[in-house]
Amino acid sequence: MFNRLFRLSSYTAALLVLVILAGIFGVLYYYARDAIHDFGFWHFITTSTWEVGEDDEGGVFGGLIPILGTLFSTGIAMLFAVPIAMGIAVFLTEIATEKLKAPVGIAIELLAAIPSIIYGMWGLFYFGPMLQRLFGGQSNSLLTAGLVLGIMVIPFMAAISRDAINTTPAVLKESAYAMGATRFEVVKDVIFPYAKRGIIGSMVLSLGRALGETMAVAFVIGGVFRFPHSLTQPTISIPVLLANNFAEAGDLELSAMFYMALILFGISFITITIAKFFFLKDQK
Amino acid sequence: MNATQRRRLLLNRAILILSTVAAVIGLVFLFWILTTLLIKGLDSIHWRIFTHDLVEKGLRNLIVGQMILAGVASLIGVPLGLLAGIYLREYGLNSAFARFIRNLSDVMMSAPSIVIGVFIYGILVAPVGGFNGWAGSVALAIMMIPIVVSTTDSMLSLVPQELREAGIALGASKAQVILTIVLKAAKIGLVTGILLAFARVVGETAPLLFTSANNDYFTLNMNQQFPSLTVSIYQLATFPDKPSQDLAWAGSVILTALVLLINLTTRYIFRKRKSK
Amino acid sequence: MNLAMETKEFYFTYAGAEAPTLKGIDMPIYANKVTALIGPSGCGKSTLLRSWNRIHDVYPGNRYEGEILLYDKEGNEENILSYSKEDELIRLRQRVGMIFQKPTPFPMSIYDNIAYGLRLAGIKNRSELDGRVEKALKGAAIWNEVKDRLKQSAMGLSGGQQQRLCIARAVALKPELLLFDEPTSALDPISTGAIEELVTELKEEVTIAIVTHNMQQASRVSDYTAFMYLGDLIEFGKTEKIFVNPKEKLTEEYITGRFG
Ligand SMILES: Nc1ncnc2c1ncn2[C@@H]1O[C@H](COP(=O)(O)OP(=O)(O)OP(=O)(O)O)[C@@H](O)[C@H]1O
Ligand SMILES: [Mg+2]
Repeated sequence: MFNRLFRLSSYTAALLVLVILAGIFGVLYYYARDAIHDFGFWHFITTSTWEVGEDDEGGVFGGLIPILGTLFSTGIAMLFAVPIAMGIAVFLTEIATEKLKAPVGIAIELLAAIPSIIYGMWGLFYFGPMLQRLFGGQSNSLLTAGLVLGIMVIPFMAAISRDAINTTPAVLKESAYAMGATRFEVVKDVIFPYAKRGIIGSMVLSLGRALGETMAVAFVIGGVFRFPHSLTQPTISIPVLLANNFAEAGDLELSAMFYMALILFGISFITITIAKFFFLKDQK
Repeated sequence: MNATQRRRLLLNRAILILSTVAAVIGLVFLFWILTTLLIKGLDSIHWRIFTHDLVEKGLRNLIVGQMILAGVASLIGVPLGLLAGIYLREYGLNSAFARFIRNLSDVMMSAPSIVIGVFIYGILVAPVGGFNGWAGSVALAIMMIPIVVSTTDSMLSLVPQELREAGIALGASKAQVILTIVLKAAKIGLVTGILLAFARVVGETAPLLFTSANNDYFTLNMNQQFPSLTVSIYQLATFPDKPSQDLAWAGSVILTALVLLINLTTRYIFRKRKSK
Repeated sequence: MNLAMETKEFYFTYAGAEAPTLKGIDMPIYANKVTALIGPSGCGKSTLLRSWNRIHDVYPGNRYEGEILLYDKEGNEENILSYSKEDELIRLRQRVGMIFQKPTPFPMSIYDNIAYGLRLAGIKNRSELDGRVEKALKGAAIWNEVKDRLKQSAMGLSGGQQQRLCIARAVALKPELLLFDEPTSALDPISTGAIEELVTELKEEVTIAIVTHNMQQASRVSDYTAFMYLGDLIEFGKTEKIFVNPKEKLTEEYITGRFG
């Protein structure tokens, strides 16, 4: 009796994962349906106006700018983070002396645990102004947002990649060295192919984090509904739009906000699913 | 030494230098962030912060509020996550359903935290007509579940099969074996997983913005807007006056210290078990 | 008889260790012969073998003392312990190949496994690569088993096939000396037989040194045997001599299985 009950409750809990995910889609869709009805899909994602109508009623809402802001800031983040994180992972596994490995490794792991809002604060007060001095433009900009996001995911990506690289058996590396391979060739031809799955996994997870990140970006992207004509101009991303304007939104605008959340969730869901399907296939 | 050989060595040297440089660049940034925090923190933390609430330019209600939000989230999320993880590893194993749920759980782990906030707004704020602490905790709980599922799943997979068989051979039921043998064997791994999940959500801001929102006053009543350290940092940091910004820095340092402390504790527990 | 390598007054100390693991080893390796290294577990066989292509240098902090002379076909010698530049070590490892206890196929196709070292050595020409790959696979007696699946992953081969693939991979570089560290201890008896046969055939072309725990194997395949104990070389000589009539009491006790 207890046996059956226990099994049933654990089954229910597992099922809950499905229920929650389906629930997120369902609830977002339910609240977004007015906006979906008014603006359609294609029209919504290609419109760059976000204007509330007279007396807070109705209005024209389009998601193009926050969608582009999300994609561009994530793109910049990944372009910046991937080489540096790979460098750190290779450094930690193949270059650093034993004495350096442990402290640097732990530092990286701890940094991966720091809440994202801290990265945002640092970007707002220190990194953004520095970028402005270097490149001109605005302190809060697409560039600042992308780089802060990148810096935020670096430790996370580096730590997972390092763990993956560390699973490469020593003899496998030695047999490449024993054929006269250089250190770089061992990394390129033996370690990366062997640890491929974990390394790509680290990138995909980081991509997911960057896409959905709110706080590291909210401080530094500027939060204005404008298409950035250069990297150093401010713009807005979907999470930041939600964080800044959700609570004060009127009826149709709120519905459009839910629509934006649905689109963001869709982007993240599709990215992760595709990545899982192609790269992380038979991972348990 | 021929030309090919020379090119190989040069490339090797170049790449090794580049990755070291990359590592140094990364570390410089990270070091910069930590020193900033430390300097700002030492500058702005005073005793009175811990004894006053936000209305009186203190952080007391916020720290307590944040802990309660994350604590209640754990009370909801941890049992559900544990149960689901137990199902996946002990009953489902490699069945199509279990694999499906595992994949979904991974997807859920990558769900944008702000979207979860919006979702909870839709079911626990809009229908009841106002922000409330419960909504915030449920949002955090939803973030915890996939983390706990995943660590439970992998920690239970490390428990040797013979242990389960030995239990069954003694006449225990499957549920008894799981509860009295398997969970015990995996205890430390599970505890670290839970602690890490807690550390992950206690620093979250986005899911709280429009669920529990914030409260300037001390309260333990989760039916109303609930004080949150992270949400306050977000608000305070963008105020133009220095006292507000200092308070935001003080909050950031306290938050980071808390998260790092949990991480170090976890690491220590895990290390101790290994050395045993 | 020609020398392939000569180890003189050789000491080896692992990084961080206080005492040397190898304490004054003196021994020759004769060209186109098979030399077996035997001795109880932990006596330093692998350590010595791994010094001969300086694979120890992959990890920082290990220390060598003494001389290890490598002779080319003309009889010119070089002390491999004097090498310090990376290209010298690469050249050394192309001249002195190594086979490990567990098969170590790289995560790539069978063809690319063999071609890997050749490409590193600068061979790009497709038909030359094809020819050398085929020759190496034939030389390692595995051509017939893999010729129809050269493009498939090497991970799909059986353990014995993988080990012969690794031998082919090393042979492809036309090394002067091949080092085997217990190459059959992870294999079944039939695969073991195939590898032993291969070793005997290969010595026409290359000099071989092999670490083994299997006394029968040592007596079957080797011409010379070195018996080591606690980091010392106790006795070196012709294999028949060592097995039939050893000089040292310790050697006799080990060979007759009284310890080890
Ligand atoms: N990386 C290392 N660092 C420090 N000491 C080591 C290292 N590798 C081996 N040793 C020590 O050196 C000694 C010789 O080891 P080695 O592996 O050469 O023995 P072996 O004769 O090959 O043994 P086996 O037959 O078990 O393979 C042992 O005492 C071992 O503990
Ligand atoms: Mg050995």
